[in-house]
Amino acid sequence: MLKAAILYFLIVVPGTAGEMCMSRAMKIVGEVVDFRPHSIARSIGRAMKLRWFWIGLLMMATGFFSLLAMLSVAKVSFVFPATALSYAVGTLGGRLFLGERVTPQRWFGVLLVCIGVTLVAIGKG
Amino acid sequence: MTPPQGLHLKTFVLILIMVSVAPLGDTFLGKGMKQVGALESWAPSSLFHFFFRAFTSGTVWLGIGLLLTFFIAYLLVLSWADYSYVLPASSISSLIIALLAHFVLHETVTPTRWAGVGLICLGVFAVGHTHPRTTEHPSC
Repeated sequence: MLKAAILYFLIVVPGTAGEMCMSRAMKIVGEVVDFRPHSIARSIGRAMKLRWFWIGLLMMATGFFSLLAMLSVAKVSFVFPATALSYAVGTLGGRLFLGERVTPQRWFGVLLVCIGVTLVAIGKG
Repeated sequence: MTPPQGLHLKTFVLILIMVSVAPLGDTFLGKGMKQVGALESWAPSSLFHFFFRAFTSGTVWLGIGLLLTFFIAYLLVLSWADYSYVLPASSISSLIIALLAHFVLHETVTPTRWAGVGLICLGVFAVGHTHPRTTEHPSC
């Protein structure tokens, strides 16, 4: 039980925080307006020079490997509904860490997604 | 900076690429790894043969290529769109997976799963009607 709780925490918190760090890195790089391969490579190369990119990658990897470990100790029908919470945590993080303006409409959409993702996972059995 | 209409369009296109290639990448990687077979032991020779088989599999490389495409599209869209917009919007992949399961793989998709997909679509619709970008350019 404790092992599952620790893994659950590692999936939701570092996994989501890693994506937020990645978002921060890309916002610092700035809006990509040129979609030619060399321009895309240049933007990603610029992101790779930022510490937020590498912190994000490390945290996302932690979340991913925790998910794999969780799948080996818990049922899929438990793991994926549990990860639906990531959507709410991510939105809250977007508001607090990235300073995004999350309107009530966006919160409502996130709530529907959380319930929907849970139902999809339960429906798979 | 892209005008609002253009911003919505390019956000939509990038999210469409993300939700299309990610499930395919997962499928090809999973199929490829099944073809490679399980790791028999942690002995160096066994590990070497395992990774050799994995990295000489075209299916594994196809999966890696698709997931890399997903990651690049994800990074690009995050360069302008809110994380709290992209995260729920990308859950629309559940609809694509359910449609593929039903029409291509002829799997049974339970009513509970369809109900979940319906709620996700409504949620994405609600999020999609908010502005993709609500922040200014941050500093390091």
